[in-house]
Amino acid sequence: MNSYPIQSRPFGEHAILIEWPNEIERAILDDILIFIEHLKTTRLQESTWEMVPAYNSLTLINRDQQINHASLSKDLVDWYNQRSEVKKKPSYLWKLPVCYDLDFGIDLEEVAKTKGMSIDQIITLHTSCSYTVFGIGFLPGFMYLGGLPKELETPRKAIPRLHVEKGAVGLAGKQTGIYPQVSPGGWNIIGNCPVPIFDASKENPCFVNVGDSIQFYSITKAQYDLHTIQAEVGLDLIKKIAINA
Amino acid sequence: MLRVAKSGFFTTIQDKGRFGYRHMGVPVSGAMDQHAASLANALLENSETDAVMEITMSGPTLEFLSPTYIAITGANLSPSLNGEELEMQSVHKVLEGDVLTFGGHIEGLRGYLGVKGGLLTETVLNSRSFYKPVTTSARLNDGVEISYKEVTSFEPKISHIITESIDKVNLLKVSQGPEYGILSKKELTDLFGKPFTISKENNRMAYQLEQTLDTHTHSMLTSATLPGTVQITPAGKIIILMRDGQTTGGYPRILQLSDDAINVLAQKTFGDTISFQID
Repeated sequence: MNSYPIQSRPFGEHAILIEWPNEIERAILDDILIFIEHLKTTRLQESTWEMVPAYNSLTLINRDQQINHASLSKDLVDWYNQRSEVKKKPSYLWKLPVCYDLDFGIDLEEVAKTKGMSIDQIITLHTSCSYTVFGIGFLPGFMYLGGLPKELETPRKAIPRLHVEKGAVGLAGKQTGIYPQVSPGGWNIIGNCPVPIFDASKENPCFVNVGDSIQFYSITKAQYDLHTIQAEVGLDLIKKIAINA
Repeated sequence: MLRVAKSGFFTTIQDKGRFGYRHMGVPVSGAMDQHAASLANALLENSETDAVMEITMSGPTLEFLSPTYIAITGANLSPSLNGEELEMQSVHKVLEGDVLTFGGHIEGLRGYLGVKGGLLTETVLNSRSFYKPVTTSARLNDGVEISYKEVTSFEPKISHIITESIDKVNLLKVSQGPEYGILSKKELTDLFGKPFTISKENNRMAYQLEQTLDTHTHSMLTSATLPGTVQITPAGKIIILMRDGQTTGGYPRILQLSDDAINVLAQKTFGDTISFQID
Protein backbone atom coordinates (compact mmCIF):
# COMPACT_ATOMS: atom_id res chain seq x y z
CA MET A 1 0.00 0.00 0.00
CA ASN A 2 1.23 3.46 -0.91
CA SER A 3 1.73 6.02 1.81
CA TYR A 4 1.54 9.68 1.00
CA PRO A 5 2.74 12.79 2.81
CA ILE A 6 -0.59 14.07 4.13
CA GLN A 7 -1.18 17.52 5.57
CA SER A 8 -4.02 18.72 7.71
CA ARG A 9 -5.20 22.26 8.32
CA PRO A 10 -7.97 23.89 10.33
CA PHE A 11 -11.12 24.73 8.35
CA GLY A 12 -13.28 26.81 10.68
CA GLU A 13 -14.49 25.91 14.17
CA HIS A 14 -16.03 22.55 13.22
CA ALA A 15 -13.90 21.13 10.41
CA ILE A 16 -10.43 19.95 9.51
CA LEU A 17 -9.11 19.48 5.97
CA ILE A 18 -6.64 16.70 5.12
CA GLU A 19 -4.81 16.99 1.82
CA TRP A 20 -2.95 14.42 -0.24
CA PRO A 21 -0.56 15.40 -3.09
CA ASN A 22 -2.23 17.71 -5.62
CA GLU A 23 -2.90 15.08 -8.32
CA ILE A 24 -5.94 13.44 -9.91
CA GLU A 25 -5.01 9.80 -9.33
CA ARG A 26 -6.98 6.66 -8.65
CA ALA A 27 -4.33 5.48 -6.13
CA ILE A 28 -4.69 8.68 -4.08
CA LEU A 29 -8.49 8.41 -4.11
CA ASP A 30 -8.25 4.77 -2.95
CA ASP A 31 -5.92 5.77 -0.13
CA ILE A 32 -8.43 8.44 0.99
CA LEU A 33 -11.27 5.88 0.91
CA ILE A 34 -9.25 3.37 2.97
CA PHE A 35 -8.54 6.11 5.51
CA ILE A 36 -12.27 6.97 5.69
CA GLU A 37 -13.09 3.29 6.37
CA HIS A 38 -10.44 3.23 9.09
CA LEU A 39 -11.80 6.42 10.70
CA LYS A 40 -15.40 5.17 10.54
CA THR A 41 -14.71 1.70 11.93
CA THR A 42 -12.23 2.50 14.66
CA ARG A 43 -11.83 6.21 15.36
CA LEU A 44 -14.74 8.57 14.77
CA GLN A 45 -18.48 8.18 15.28
CA GLU A 46 -20.40 8.53 12.04
CA SER A 47 -23.31 10.14 13.89
CA THR A 48 -21.05 13.01 14.97
CA TRP A 49 -18.66 13.32 12.04
CA GLU A 50 -19.32 13.94 8.37
CA MET A 51 -16.57 12.91 5.96
CA VAL A 52 -16.41 14.54 2.53
CA PRO A 53 -13.83 13.13 0.11
CA ALA A 54 -13.01 14.91 -3.18
CA TYR A 55 -10.06 14.23 -5.53
CA ASN A 56 -7.03 14.69 -3.21
CA SER A 57 -8.72 15.85 -0.01
CA LEU A 58 -10.84 14.69 2.88
CA THR A 59 -12.79 17.11 5.05
CA LEU A 60 -13.96 15.99 8.48
CA ILE A 61 -16.82 18.03 9.92
CA ASN A 62 -18.03 17.76 13.49
CA ARG A 63 -21.77 18.21 13.76
CA ASP A 64 -21.96 19.80 17.21
CA GLN A 65 -18.60 20.40 18.84
CA GLN A 66 -15.82 22.82 18.07
CA ILE A 67 -12.59 21.04 17.17
CA ASN A 68 -9.30 21.18 19.02
CA HIS A 69 -7.27 21.39 15.83
CA ALA A 70 -3.83 20.84 17.35
CA SER A 71 -4.70 17.56 19.07
CA LEU A 72 -6.93 16.22 16.27
CA SER A 73 -4.28 17.01 13.69
CA LYS A 74 -1.70 15.00 15.67
CA ASP A 75 -4.15 12.10 16.12
CA LEU A 76 -4.95 12.05 12.40
CA VAL A 77 -1.29 11.56 11.47
CA ASP A 78 -1.03 8.68 13.97
CA TRP A 79 -4.27 7.15 12.71
CA TYR A 80 -3.13 7.49 9.09
CA ASN A 81 0.05 5.59 9.88
CA GLN A 82 -1.95 2.81 11.58
CA ARG A 83 -4.62 2.50 8.89
CA SER A 84 -3.28 -0.57 7.08
CA GLU A 85 -5.44 -3.22 8.80
CA VAL A 86 -8.70 -1.89 7.32
CA LYS A 87 -10.04 -3.14 4.01
CA LYS A 88 -11.58 -0.64 1.63
CA LYS A 89 -15.32 -0.93 0.99
CA PRO A 90 -16.02 -2.55 -2.41
CA SER A 91 -16.48 -0.14 -5.29
CA TYR A 92 -18.91 -0.66 -8.14
CA LEU A 93 -19.02 -0.01 -11.86
CA TRP A 94 -22.45 1.37 -12.73
CA LYS A 95 -23.63 1.04 -16.32
CA LEU A 96 -25.94 3.96 -16.99
CA PRO A 97 -28.12 4.38 -20.09
CA VAL A 98 -27.90 7.62 -22.07
CA CYS A 99 -30.13 8.66 -24.93
CA TYR A 100 -27.99 10.67 -27.37
CA ASP A 101 -31.02 11.61 -29.54
CA LEU A 102 -30.71 15.19 -30.79
CA ASP A 103 -33.86 16.13 -28.84
CA PHE A 104 -31.77 15.58 -25.69
CA GLY A 105 -28.25 16.15 -27.05
CA ILE A 106 -28.94 19.77 -27.92
CA ASP A 107 -25.23 20.60 -28.32
CA LEU A 108 -24.23 17.31 -29.94
CA GLU A 109 -24.21 18.63 -33.53
CA GLU A 110 -22.11 21.63 -32.56
CA VAL A 111 -19.64 19.53 -30.55
CA ALA A 112 -19.29 17.10 -33.49
CA LYS A 113 -18.73 20.02 -35.88
CA THR A 114 -16.03 21.66 -33.71
CA LYS A 115 -14.28 18.32 -33.23
CA GLY A 116 -14.50 17.38 -36.93
CA MET A 117 -16.14 14.10 -35.93
CA SER A 118 -19.45 12.44 -36.71
CA ILE A 119 -22.12 12.23 -34.01
CA ASP A 120 -21.66 8.44 -33.96
CA GLN A 121 -17.94 8.85 -33.31
CA ILE A 122 -18.68 11.16 -30.34
CA ILE A 123 -21.14 8.61 -28.91
CA THR A 124 -18.71 5.72 -29.43
CA LEU A 125 -15.92 7.64 -27.67
CA HIS A 126 -18.15 8.78 -24.79
CA THR A 127 -19.39 5.22 -24.14
CA SER A 128 -15.97 3.57 -24.70
CA CYS A 129 -14.47 4.09 -21.26
CA SER A 130 -15.40 4.03 -17.60
CA TYR A 131 -15.17 7.20 -15.55
CA THR A 132 -14.04 7.40 -11.93
CA VAL A 133 -16.25 9.26 -9.44
CA PHE A 134 -13.70 11.60 -7.78
CA GLY A 135 -16.25 13.54 -5.79
CA ILE A 136 -19.96 14.26 -5.29
CA GLY A 137 -21.03 17.85 -4.72
CA PHE A 138 -22.18 21.11 -6.33
CA LEU A 139 -25.75 19.71 -6.38
CA PRO A 140 -27.19 16.67 -4.55
CA GLY A 141 -25.97 13.66 -6.54
CA PHE A 142 -23.70 15.60 -8.93
CA MET A 143 -20.67 13.40 -9.71
CA TYR A 144 -17.26 14.77 -10.62
CA LEU A 145 -16.16 12.20 -13.22
CA GLY A 146 -12.54 11.75 -14.29
CA GLY A 147 -11.14 9.93 -17.30
CA LEU A 148 -12.73 11.71 -20.28
CA PRO A 149 -10.93 10.83 -23.57
CA LYS A 150 -8.78 13.80 -24.64
CA GLU A 151 -10.59 13.98 -27.99
CA LEU A 152 -13.82 14.90 -26.18
CA GLU A 153 -12.45 17.79 -24.09
CA THR A 154 -14.72 20.75 -24.89
CA PRO A 155 -14.68 24.25 -23.38
CA ARG A 156 -17.76 25.35 -21.41
CA LYS A 157 -20.35 27.33 -23.33
CA ALA A 158 -19.61 31.06 -23.38
CA ILE A 159 -23.10 31.85 -22.12
CA PRO A 160 -24.49 29.39 -19.56
CA ARG A 161 -28.10 28.21 -19.95
CA LEU A 162 -30.53 29.24 -17.24
CA HIS A 163 -32.31 25.90 -17.47
CA VAL A 164 -30.59 22.58 -18.04
CA GLU A 165 -32.86 19.51 -17.86
CA LYS A 166 -32.66 16.91 -15.11
CA GLY A 167 -30.59 13.97 -16.35
CA ALA A 168 -28.75 16.07 -18.97
CA VAL A 169 -25.33 14.58 -19.78
CA GLY A 170 -22.69 17.18 -20.52
CA LEU A 171 -19.10 17.88 -21.42
CA ALA A 172 -17.01 20.71 -19.90
CA GLY A 173 -13.24 20.92 -20.10
CA LYS A 174 -11.80 17.60 -18.95
CA GLN A 175 -15.07 16.59 -17.30
CA THR A 176 -18.24 14.79 -18.20
CA GLY A 177 -21.24 14.48 -15.91
CA ILE A 178 -24.97 14.28 -15.34
CA TYR A 179 -27.12 17.13 -14.02
CA PRO A 180 -29.05 15.34 -11.22
CA GLN A 181 -31.79 17.96 -11.33
CA VAL A 182 -32.87 21.03 -13.25
CA SER A 183 -30.21 23.70 -12.82
CA PRO A 184 -28.53 26.58 -14.62
CA GLY A 185 -25.35 25.36 -16.31
CA GLY A 186 -22.66 25.99 -18.90
CA TRP A 187 -21.87 22.44 -20.00
CA ASN A 188 -22.31 21.19 -23.57
CA ILE A 189 -25.31 18.87 -23.45
CA ILE A 190 -24.90 15.68 -25.50
CA GLY A 191 -27.65 13.41 -24.13
CA ASN A 192 -29.88 12.50 -21.21
CA CYS A 193 -29.76 9.73 -18.61
CA PRO A 194 -33.25 8.52 -17.49
CA VAL A 195 -31.94 6.97 -14.24
CA PRO A 196 -32.39 9.38 -11.29
CA ILE A 197 -29.00 9.74 -9.57
CA PHE A 198 -30.45 11.35 -6.46
CA ASP A 199 -33.82 10.52 -4.89
CA ALA A 200 -34.52 12.01 -1.46
CA SER A 201 -37.44 9.61 -0.90
CA LYS A 202 -35.07 6.61 -0.75
CA GLU A 203 -33.31 5.47 2.40
CA ASN A 204 -30.04 5.78 0.52
CA PRO A 205 -30.77 8.81 -1.69
CA CYS A 206 -27.67 8.42 -3.88
CA PHE A 207 -26.66 4.93 -5.01
CA VAL A 208 -23.26 6.06 -6.28
CA ASN A 209 -20.31 6.55 -3.92
CA VAL A 210 -17.02 8.35 -4.42
CA GLY A 211 -14.59 5.75 -5.78
CA ASP A 212 -17.22 4.01 -7.93
CA SER A 213 -17.00 4.04 -11.73
CA ILE A 214 -19.57 4.98 -14.34
CA GLN A 215 -19.84 3.72 -17.89
CA PHE A 216 -22.50 4.99 -20.25
CA TYR A 217 -24.29 2.97 -22.93
CA SER A 218 -26.38 4.35 -25.74
CA ILE A 219 -30.15 3.76 -25.81
CA THR A 220 -32.91 4.67 -28.26
CA LYS A 221 -35.70 7.10 -27.50
CA ALA A 222 -38.15 4.22 -27.04
CA GLN A 223 -35.83 2.59 -24.50
CA TYR A 224 -35.45 5.99 -22.81
CA ASP A 225 -39.23 6.24 -22.35
CA LEU A 226 -39.31 2.70 -20.94
CA HIS A 227 -36.51 3.54 -18.45
CA THR A 228 -38.35 6.70 -17.41
CA ILE A 229 -41.51 4.72 -16.62
CA GLN A 230 -39.46 2.08 -14.76
CA ALA A 231 -37.84 4.82 -12.69
CA GLU A 232 -41.25 6.35 -11.91
CA VAL A 233 -42.64 3.08 -10.56
CA GLY A 234 -39.41 2.47 -8.65
CA LEU A 235 -38.08 -0.47 -10.69
CA ASP A 236 -34.34 -0.60 -10.20
CA LEU A 237 -32.76 -2.05 -13.32
CA ILE A 238 -29.35 -0.37 -13.18
CA LYS A 239 -26.51 -2.68 -14.07
CA LYS A 240 -23.96 -2.89 -11.27
CA ILE A 241 -20.65 -4.76 -11.35
CA ALA A 242 -18.37 -5.06 -8.29
CA ILE A 243 -14.83 -3.86 -8.94
CA ASN A 244 -11.72 -4.31 -6.79
CA ALA A 245 -13.90 -5.91 -4.08
CA MET B 1 -52.98 23.97 12.28
CA LEU B 2 -52.21 27.37 10.76
CA ARG B 3 -53.07 28.58 7.29
CA VAL B 4 -50.65 30.65 5.21
CA ALA B 5 -53.12 33.16 3.76
CA LYS B 6 -50.32 35.14 2.09
CA SER B 7 -46.82 33.75 2.02
CA GLY B 8 -44.82 37.01 1.91
CA PHE B 9 -41.57 37.61 0.01
CA PHE B 10 -39.71 34.39 0.85
CA THR B 11 -40.94 32.28 3.76
CA THR B 12 -39.65 28.80 4.59
CA ILE B 13 -39.57 26.23 7.39
CA GLN B 14 -36.14 25.63 8.93
CA ASP B 15 -34.55 23.74 11.80
CA LYS B 16 -30.95 23.03 12.84
CA GLY B 17 -30.27 21.52 9.40
CA ARG B 18 -29.76 18.27 7.57
CA PHE B 19 -26.66 16.39 8.70
CA GLY B 20 -25.05 13.24 7.33
CA TYR B 21 -25.67 13.75 3.60
CA ARG B 22 -22.94 16.20 2.64
CA HIS B 23 -20.90 13.44 0.95
CA MET B 24 -23.87 13.08 -1.46
CA GLY B 25 -23.83 16.80 -2.21
CA VAL B 26 -26.75 17.73 0.06
CA PRO B 27 -26.27 21.13 1.77
CA VAL B 28 -26.88 21.40 5.52
CA SER B 29 -29.59 24.11 5.17
CA GLY B 30 -31.33 25.13 8.41
CA ALA B 31 -32.19 28.56 9.83
CA MET B 32 -29.84 31.20 8.37
CA ASP B 33 -29.61 32.95 11.77
CA GLN B 34 -29.34 29.94 14.07
CA HIS B 35 -28.97 32.18 17.10
CA ALA B 36 -32.31 33.94 16.54
CA ALA B 37 -34.08 30.66 15.69
CA SER B 38 -32.81 29.03 18.91
CA LEU B 39 -34.01 32.01 20.89
CA ALA B 40 -37.58 31.48 19.64
CA ASN B 41 -37.42 27.81 20.60
CA ALA B 42 -35.83 28.61 23.97
CA LEU B 43 -38.58 31.11 24.90
CA LEU B 44 -41.21 28.49 24.10
CA GLU B 45 -39.22 25.79 25.96
CA ASN B 46 -39.18 23.77 22.75
CA SER B 47 -36.55 21.25 21.78
CA GLU B 48 -33.64 22.97 20.02
CA THR B 49 -34.32 20.79 16.97
CA ASP B 50 -37.92 22.01 16.56
CA ALA B 51 -38.74 23.68 13.26
CA VAL B 52 -39.50 27.40 13.02
CA MET B 53 -40.71 29.65 10.22
CA GLU B 54 -38.03 31.79 8.56
CA ILE B 55 -39.49 35.06 7.31
CA THR B 56 -37.51 37.21 4.89
CA MET B 57 -37.97 41.00 4.65
CA SER B 58 -41.69 41.12 4.08
CA GLY B 59 -43.77 38.79 6.20
CA PRO B 60 -46.69 36.46 5.59
CA THR B 61 -50.30 36.61 6.79
CA LEU B 62 -51.01 33.60 8.99
CA GLU B 63 -54.36 32.40 10.34
CA PHE B 64 -54.16 30.21 13.43
CA LEU B 65 -56.80 27.48 13.40
CA SER B 66 -56.09 26.18 16.91
CA PRO B 67 -54.71 27.70 20.13
CA THR B 68 -50.98 27.76 20.84
CA TYR B 69 -48.15 30.03 22.02
CA ILE B 70 -45.73 31.83 19.72
CA ALA B 71 -42.51 33.86 19.88
CA ILE B 72 -40.96 36.02 17.15
CA THR B 73 -37.21 36.70 17.08
CA GLY B 74 -34.51 37.91 14.68
CA ALA B 75 -35.35 40.71 12.24
CA ASN B 76 -38.04 43.13 13.40
CA LEU B 77 -40.63 43.07 10.61
CA SER B 78 -43.40 44.75 12.68
CA PRO B 79 -45.51 41.75 13.66
CA SER B 80 -49.10 42.28 14.84
CA LEU B 81 -51.78 39.93 16.06
CA ASN B 82 -55.32 40.87 15.00
CA GLY B 83 -53.98 44.32 14.20
CA GLU B 84 -52.31 44.87 17.56
CA GLU B 85 -48.55 45.30 17.65
CA LEU B 86 -46.69 42.28 19.07
CA GLU B 87 -43.58 42.59 21.17
CA MET B 88 -40.52 40.83 19.70
CA GLN B 89 -38.64 38.18 21.75
CA SER B 90 -41.74 37.53 23.86
CA VAL B 91 -44.12 34.64 24.38
CA HIS B 92 -47.68 35.36 23.18
CA LYS B 93 -50.83 33.33 23.56
CA VAL B 94 -52.69 32.72 20.29
CA LEU B 95 -56.34 31.67 19.99
CA GLU B 96 -58.29 29.94 17.24
CA GLY B 97 -59.05 32.49 14.52
CA ASP B 98 -56.20 34.87 15.41
CA VAL B 99 -54.42 36.46 12.45
CA LEU B 100 -50.70 37.27 12.49
CA THR B 101 -49.52 39.91 10.02
CA PHE B 102 -46.28 41.76 9.41
CA GLY B 103 -45.79 45.41 8.49
CA GLY B 104 -42.78 47.63 7.85
CA HIS B 105 -39.24 46.36 7.92
CA ILE B 106 -37.52 47.91 10.97
CA GLU B 107 -34.22 46.08 11.29
CA GLY B 108 -32.44 42.91 10.18
CA LEU B 109 -33.51 40.71 7.26
CA ARG B 110 -34.73 37.36 8.62
CA GLY B 111 -37.33 36.95 11.34
CA TYR B 112 -38.24 33.68 13.04
CA LEU B 113 -41.65 32.53 14.19
CA GLY B 114 -41.51 29.80 16.79
CA VAL B 115 -44.66 27.86 17.73
CA LYS B 116 -45.00 25.86 20.95
CA GLY B 117 -43.91 22.27 20.17
CA GLY B 118 -42.51 23.25 16.74
CA LEU B 119 -44.02 23.34 13.24
CA LEU B 120 -44.76 19.83 12.00
CA THR B 121 -44.04 19.89 8.26
CA GLU B 122 -42.63 16.85 6.41
CA THR B 123 -39.30 15.45 7.58
CA VAL B 124 -36.98 14.50 4.72
CA LEU B 125 -33.55 12.99 5.46
CA ASN B 126 -33.96 13.78 9.17
CA SER B 127 -34.76 17.47 8.79
CA ARG B 128 -37.74 19.73 8.08
CA SER B 129 -35.53 22.42 6.52
CA PHE B 130 -36.77 23.47 3.08
CA TYR B 131 -34.32 22.81 0.29
CA LYS B 132 -35.54 21.87 -3.15
CA PRO B 133 -35.27 19.16 -4.56
CA VAL B 134 -34.71 17.38 -1.24
CA THR B 135 -38.03 18.79 0.00
CA THR B 136 -40.94 19.15 -2.41
CA SER B 137 -41.19 22.94 -1.92
CA ALA B 138 -38.52 25.59 -1.97
CA ARG B 139 -40.76 28.02 -0.05
CA LEU B 140 -44.21 28.26 1.49
CA ASN B 141 -46.99 29.02 -0.98
CA ASP B 142 -50.26 30.86 -0.41
CA GLY B 143 -52.97 28.66 1.05
CA VAL B 144 -50.68 26.00 2.56
CA GLU B 145 -51.64 24.61 5.97
CA ILE B 146 -49.05 23.72 8.61
CA SER B 147 -49.69 21.46 11.59
CA TYR B 148 -48.67 22.02 15.19
CA LYS B 149 -49.82 20.60 18.49
CA GLU B 150 -52.73 22.43 20.10
CA VAL B 151 -51.64 23.99 23.42
CA THR B 152 -54.15 25.76 25.67
CA SER B 153 -52.02 26.50 28.70
CA PHE B 154 -48.33 27.21 29.13
CA GLU B 155 -46.51 29.19 31.84
CA PRO B 156 -43.21 30.32 30.28
CA LYS B 157 -40.27 30.53 32.70
CA ILE B 158 -39.03 33.58 30.80
CA SER B 159 -41.60 35.58 28.87
CA HIS B 160 -39.32 38.19 27.30
CA ILE B 161 -35.63 38.55 26.38
CA ILE B 162 -33.89 41.82 25.57
CA THR B 163 -31.37 41.45 22.73
CA GLU B 164 -28.78 43.72 21.16
CA SER B 165 -29.86 45.64 18.04
CA ILE B 166 -28.90 43.42 15.08
CA ASP B 167 -28.23 46.34 12.76
CA LYS B 168 -25.41 47.58 15.00
CA VAL B 169 -23.31 44.44 14.61
CA ASN B 170 -21.29 44.58 11.37
CA LEU B 171 -18.12 42.77 12.29
CA LEU B 172 -17.62 39.23 10.98
CA LYS B 173 -15.12 37.15 12.95
CA VAL B 174 -13.21 34.84 10.63
CA SER B 175 -10.35 32.36 10.67
CA GLN B 176 -7.92 31.48 7.87
CA GLY B 177 -9.39 29.37 5.09
CA PRO B 178 -7.37 26.55 3.49
CA GLU B 179 -6.14 28.80 0.63
CA TYR B 180 -5.51 31.88 2.81
CA GLY B 181 -1.87 31.67 1.70
CA ILE B 182 -2.62 32.88 -1.85
CA LEU B 183 -3.59 36.37 -0.63
CA SER B 184 -1.05 39.14 -1.29
CA LYS B 185 -0.01 41.65 1.38
CA LYS B 186 -2.10 44.33 -0.32
CA GLU B 187 -5.15 42.05 -0.42
CA LEU B 188 -4.75 41.25 3.28
CA THR B 189 -4.60 44.97 4.06
CA ASP B 190 -7.76 45.54 2.01
CA LEU B 191 -9.60 42.54 3.47
CA PHE B 192 -9.08 43.53 7.08
CA GLY B 193 -8.79 47.29 6.67
CA LYS B 194 -11.83 48.22 4.59
CA PRO B 195 -15.56 47.66 4.90
CA PHE B 196 -17.40 45.62 2.25
CA THR B 197 -20.88 46.13 0.83
CA ILE B 198 -23.40 43.30 0.34
CA SER B 199 -24.32 42.98 -3.35
CA LYS B 200 -27.75 42.33 -4.86
CA GLU B 201 -26.72 38.69 -5.26
CA ASN B 202 -27.50 37.47 -1.76
CA ASN B 203 -29.68 34.55 -0.78
CA ARG B 204 -29.72 31.37 1.31
CA MET B 205 -27.03 29.84 -0.91
CA ALA B 206 -24.45 32.63 -0.95
CA TYR B 207 -23.72 36.31 -0.43
CA GLN B 208 -21.60 38.20 -2.95
CA LEU B 209 -19.76 41.40 -2.04
CA GLU B 210 -19.55 44.54 -4.19
CA GLN B 211 -15.83 45.21 -3.72
CA THR B 212 -13.38 42.84 -5.38
CA LEU B 213 -9.84 41.66 -4.67
CA ASP B 214 -7.15 41.23 -7.38
CA THR B 215 -7.67 38.74 -10.19
CA HIS B 216 -5.80 35.48 -9.70
CA THR B 217 -4.90 32.33 -11.62
CA HIS B 218 -4.64 29.96 -8.65
CA SER B 219 -6.08 26.63 -9.76
CA MET B 220 -7.07 23.91 -7.31
CA LEU B 221 -8.87 20.60 -7.34
CA THR B 222 -12.49 20.70 -6.21
CA SER B 223 -12.70 20.23 -2.45
CA ALA B 224 -15.25 20.59 0.36
CA THR B 225 -16.87 23.92 1.22
CA LEU B 226 -18.90 24.79 4.32
CA PRO B 227 -21.51 27.36 5.33
CA GLY B 228 -19.42 30.46 5.99
CA THR B 229 -16.64 29.61 3.52
CA VAL B 230 -15.36 32.78 1.81
CA GLN B 231 -14.30 32.06 -1.78
CA ILE B 232 -12.57 34.23 -4.35
CA THR B 233 -13.25 33.79 -8.07
CA PRO B 234 -10.50 34.24 -10.72
CA ALA B 235 -11.98 37.72 -11.38
CA GLY B 236 -11.45 38.64 -7.70
CA LYS B 237 -15.13 38.50 -6.71
CA ILE B 238 -15.75 37.52 -3.09
CA ILE B 239 -18.48 34.92 -2.48
CA ILE B 240 -19.52 33.85 1.02
CA LEU B 241 -21.33 30.50 1.04
CA MET B 242 -24.33 30.29 3.37
CA ARG B 243 -26.55 27.50 4.77
CA ASP B 244 -27.87 26.24 1.39
CA GLY B 245 -24.43 26.61 -0.20
CA GLN B 246 -22.91 23.86 -2.32
CA THR B 247 -20.90 21.21 -0.46
CA THR B 248 -17.88 21.31 -2.78
CA GLY B 249 -16.25 24.01 -4.87
CA GLY B 250 -13.21 24.81 -6.98
CA TYR B 251 -12.54 28.41 -5.97
CA PRO B 252 -9.85 29.19 -3.35
CA ARG B 253 -11.31 29.28 0.19
CA ILE B 254 -9.58 32.28 1.70
CA LEU B 255 -11.49 32.73 4.96
CA GLN B 256 -13.97 30.86 7.13
CA LEU B 257 -16.67 32.70 9.08
CA SER B 258 -17.20 31.80 12.73
CA ASP B 259 -20.59 30.34 13.71
CA ASP B 260 -21.62 33.74 15.10
CA ALA B 261 -20.48 35.56 11.97
CA ILE B 262 -22.77 33.43 9.78
CA ASN B 263 -25.70 34.47 12.00
CA VAL B 264 -24.66 38.13 11.78
CA LEU B 265 -24.36 38.01 7.98
CA ALA B 266 -27.75 36.25 7.70
CA GLN B 267 -29.37 39.52 8.88
CA LYS B 268 -27.67 41.67 6.20
CA THR B 269 -29.03 42.59 2.81
CA PHE B 270 -28.18 44.55 -0.35
CA GLY B 271 -26.31 47.75 0.51
CA ASP B 272 -25.43 46.85 4.10
CA THR B 273 -21.77 46.97 5.05
CA ILE B 274 -19.69 44.42 6.94
CA SER B 275 -16.03 44.06 7.83
CA PHE B 276 -13.82 41.07 8.52
CA GLN B 277 -11.81 40.57 11.69
CA ILE B 278 -9.40 37.67 11.95
CA ASP B 279 -8.85 35.86 15.26
